[in-house]
Amino acid sequence: MENFNLNLFFAILFQLAQLLVVVLLAPLLTGWVNQCQAWLQNRSGAGVLQPYRVLRKLFHKDAVMAHNASWLFRVTPYIVFGCMWLAAAIIPIIAVDLPFSQAADVIALVGVFALARVFIALAAMDIGTSFGTLGARREMLVSFLAEPALLMVLFTASMISHSTQLPRIVESLAYHQFVLYPSLAFAALAFLIVLLAENARIPVDNPSTHLELTMIHEAMILEYSARHLALIEWASSLKLLAYISIGVALFFPYGIVEAGNWAGLPLAVVWLLLKLLVAGAGLAVLETVTAKMRIFRAPEFLGTAFLLAVLGLLIHFLLGA
Amino acid sequence: MQIPLTLQFINLLAALLLLIAFAMLAQRRILSLINLFAWQGALLALSTFVVAYSTGQHHLYYSAGLTLLLKVLLLPWLLHRLIRKLNVRWDVETMINIPTTMLVGIALVIFAFNLAAPISQLAEGITRGLIGIALASVLLSMLMMLTRRKAVTQVVAFLSLENGLFFAATSATQGMPLVVELGIALDVLVATFIFGIFFFQIRETFDSLDITNMEKLKDD
Amino acid sequence: MDAVGILPLDVVGWLVQFWIALGGAGLLLQRTPQFINRFVFPLSALTSLLLAAVGVWALAATPNIMVLPLGLPDLPFHLRLDPLSGFFLILLGGASFGVSLYSAGYFKSMAGETLGLLCLEYHLFLVGMTLVLVADDAYMFMVAWETMALSSYFLVTTDHSIPDIRKAGYLYLLIAHVGAIAILLSFGVMQAGLGIGAYTFDTMRAGHLTEFWSSVAFLLALFGFGAKAGVLPMHVWLPEAHPAAPSPVSALMSGVMLKTAIYGILRVTFDLLGTQLWWWGVLALGLGLLTAVFGVMFAAVQGDMKRLLAYSSIENIGLLLVGIGLTIIFHVYGKDTLAALSLIATLYHSLNHAMFKSLLFIGTGSILHATGERNMGRLGGLIQRMPWAAALMLVGVLAIAGLPPLNGFVSEWLMLQAFLLSPGLPNNYINMLVPVAAAVIALAAALAAYVMVKFYGVIFLGQPREKSLEHAHDAGKWECMGMGWLALACVVLGLAPVMVVGQLDQVSQMLLGTHLGNAANDWVFLAPVDTERASYSPLYFLLAVLGVMLLTSVLVRRFYHGRLRRSPPWDCGFPAQTPRMQDTAEGFGQPIRRIFEPFFQIERDVPSPFDTHPRYHGQTEDRLWYILYLPIKHITEKLAALAGLLQHGRIHLYLTYTFVTLIVLLVFV
Repeated sequence: MENFNLNLFFAILFQLAQLLVVVLLAPLLTGWVNQCQAWLQNRSGAGVLQPYRVLRKLFHKDAVMAHNASWLFRVTPYIVFGCMWLAAAIIPIIAVDLPFSQAADVIALVGVFALARVFIALAAMDIGTSFGTLGARREMLVSFLAEPALLMVLFTASMISHSTQLPRIVESLAYHQFVLYPSLAFAALAFLIVLLAENARIPVDNPSTHLELTMIHEAMILEYSARHLALIEWASSLKLLAYISIGVALFFPYGIVEAGNWAGLPLAVVWLLLKLLVAGAGLAVLETVTAKMRIFRAPEFLGTAFLLAVLGLLIHFLLGA
Repeated sequence: MQIPLTLQFINLLAALLLLIAFAMLAQRRILSLINLFAWQGALLALSTFVVAYSTGQHHLYYSAGLTLLLKVLLLPWLLHRLIRKLNVRWDVETMINIPTTMLVGIALVIFAFNLAAPISQLAEGITRGLIGIALASVLLSMLMMLTRRKAVTQVVAFLSLENGLFFAATSATQGMPLVVELGIALDVLVATFIFGIFFFQIRETFDSLDITNMEKLKDD
Repeated sequence: MDAVGILPLDVVGWLVQFWIALGGAGLLLQRTPQFINRFVFPLSALTSLLLAAVGVWALAATPNIMVLPLGLPDLPFHLRLDPLSGFFLILLGGASFGVSLYSAGYFKSMAGETLGLLCLEYHLFLVGMTLVLVADDAYMFMVAWETMALSSYFLVTTDHSIPDIRKAGYLYLLIAHVGAIAILLSFGVMQAGLGIGAYTFDTMRAGHLTEFWSSVAFLLALFGFGAKAGVLPMHVWLPEAHPAAPSPVSALMSGVMLKTAIYGILRVTFDLLGTQLWWWGVLALGLGLLTAVFGVMFAAVQGDMKRLLAYSSIENIGLLLVGIGLTIIFHVYGKDTLAALSLIATLYHSLNHAMFKSLLFIGTGSILHATGERNMGRLGGLIQRMPWAAALMLVGVLAIAGLPPLNGFVSEWLMLQAFLLSPGLPNNYINMLVPVAAAVIALAAALAAYVMVKFYGVIFLGQPREKSLEHAHDAGKWECMGMGWLALACVVLGLAPVMVVGQLDQVSQMLLGTHLGNAANDWVFLAPVDTERASYSPLYFLLAVLGVMLLTSVLVRRFYHGRLRRSPPWDCGFPAQTPRMQDTAEGFGQPIRRIFEPFFQIERDVPSPFDTHPRYHGQTEDRLWYILYLPIKHITEKLAALAGLLQHGRIHLYLTYTFVTLIVLLVFV
């Protein structure tokens, strides 16, 4: 019993450590993706630490807010940041000892993303500018297909591992005998599309443009400034990290250590950094070689993702794997 | 899991085959379609190779090599050349929009698997579902033939239909006599040549490869 | 309590009588409308609360039965209160408590005579619904059902001077009666061969029907109750009637009355019919999925806020039907735990929907009072003028969008768990239907979030689109209390799912003979089957999000500063901002209209780019109306015209008809 309590204590400590690590690491990932993109485009780039500098600058500035901004507008950055932080903290990336993930399984994870999205869309409509509502509408348009697709991807993994808890999923995928899952091939492709769409990446949205009629995410946060903007930018980084973590946990869980194996942690951290480096670079390559699509191609693109995810689930039923 | 790894690998390849069949269904550009077809051929060759390795049937190695040569290299090259000559790069309009086509495709997959379920139970030594996948990819190719306008895409669909059949023959039932395979390979090659000649004829007659123009041939 | 000799059913009887008395008092006191508002409605609310308490009591008690000395000779009314009825009484009491409180403030400005009549109808409506839930024979059930239908018809047509409302009421009455006939026939089939006077539910339970006749009874019940609930082909009355009624009545109709139909389906399928067949489940599942997607799709393109909510109710009814279908399938194949899980998800969602939909409907009532406007395209920025209503409705909006940690998410979570745990059914096609159905549910839920962002954003956020909105006033004290209660219910049902599920287990025990239990042995964690498989704790979830938020806020203020400056909106520096540049409801729904274009009947006049005074007009209608209803109407008219040929106005001819009929009858009989 005492041993159990000690384990629980370590697990909680580890959970808190992961909370801290993800929030500090997230801007670095964004910086890395941007830097890779710069290299691929023959630019020298601003360095991987640039997001931190931007955050510091934004936190120091005075916030400017429209006259008619309501309380909803003011609390949204905190809610969005809180949701994304939580999401990134409950996905196993180093070890599966995450006590909090019992409180929120994969369905709740999708719920957290949805909660943040609804709030940011509402905040975008709050000021009542043309760009804000346009962004909100497009965000909801993208998400109404991306969200079920993500849910189906997660379901495929849940069906395989008979659990909707992420640590259990990782356990069953990583530590049991090596098994190839055809259904996960479909899920992976669908997940890639969802990742691109939900993180405002290139074929669907372009994170680096302003004042363009094609933008989605940037249009929603036009009215934010200073600390509010900083929180939202940070939340976007956390969201990217969370999505890549989901990808790693579902499709490449090797290297994540099992419960109670504290000695394996250093190696797991190395693994994690390696995976994030590769994933970030891959994302940069993908964004460089594809072109932005018209906004009304996006539903078709995401619809494809949704159907692929459903197909993956069906394949699981049909092949039993 | 008790299933040996080679069989799992074949399962995975089968799923990828189906994935490519769906990707082809969703693809608008003819060039990408041909590339996908080449990939499908490569998967087929690989799966045949794995079957050959796991069952020790040597003639399947020849089949795998033949597939690689014919379906990954020769036919795509021919089709690419054809497209350059005919200057048809894309098939802009499909008959039905793509998400609907994919929905129909999913329904077909379910249908195919249920159809194949009793057969799979009869067959020995294979995981269930391979025949289903083969049947599904055949049906999907037929769906593609139905929904496309351009003659070139229809030929690609026809060839991928043959791929599905070939997969059923090699992976699901552990291969058929080499003579039959050689015969089929020859048939496909000849068919492609004949189609190529047809294309030029169709274009000369109608100035387009849009097969809806063929409606004009009907007597009124 | 039993020792004292008081049964829950007795209390229900007293409460019903009290309601009738209150209704009568309303009619008598129509000269003093303040009295009705200050006393009758609050007392009625209190009665509702007591009814809900009785419901809780009945969940744990053994079923109790009562035979009333009323009714036809030799055909007395039978009443029965069992856990299923008890649960729906909780739903009815809980939702109507909030709505009645709200009504105390809402009808303030109404003229005395109308108010007196409305008060009577309102209470008869409540009584009708209560009696439907406790009826134990077909005769009593139909009487209560008709009371409910007629009183709600009169409530819908409160503003009967408006022709559109009269039309909506007529349509409602028509479909309600077609449905009632089907229900009556279903009861007829179930009691066939059991002897005359056997219309009690008890004899129906004892009767053994062949598979064929069971199916007939089920199909008739599904059709009849489906017409009341707004299941797909019979849904057309719902978006017409709900917006037409005064808002508290819309709230009751949408939140509670639709659930009586769900009650009816559950009662007939699991209680009265001894056996179920798997294809009933598939049928219900399929219909439910169609209804859900259809409802949410149409909700996305509505411009009228109450119509939007009405379509959203159709969606939710669809989800409930999916749950029922799933329960039937699992029950037939002997998957007891799963059947219990999906039944509980269904019941939970009924309760949730009663709360948040009532909240949103009465909220639109406050907006209507404050602005006189139902068209969302003329609203906007109300969060500034109506802070209380905006805050309370935000809870409802988040709940209905299925977001954690509110109640909508819990039932969605349970439902999805039922899907996830389901493989291994013996029928291959059904096995594959399950993931497809889960996908459709997920799609509908995501679209619901779209709809609700549109609903809340267009009404409450942004800049006021009309000058008159400057004078909008917030909801009154009573109105806020009513909304506050329902919002509180949404939060509590969201945060304490373990207790709710524990109570719902009693219903599952009664209907299916199994219960779910909670594997976590803990009131914080909801774990329906196994803690290893799935668990969810809304309380920890909320605490974590709040904790993180507070921490961030404190840290930001501690290390930096809280300086804030107000300025005009930036909008990329675009200078000439007008409120007209925001998306209207039309604009926000445009992507959905475009993606799902084939499903809508769209009429649009798009102005030319050179028009100096451009006017846009667009109307999105239901295709089914044109495909299904208009042909039926034409056929009916043709038949009526044929029958009309008989009419000549000459008395001799009529006598001849009678004579011929008599002769024919004599020959044949």
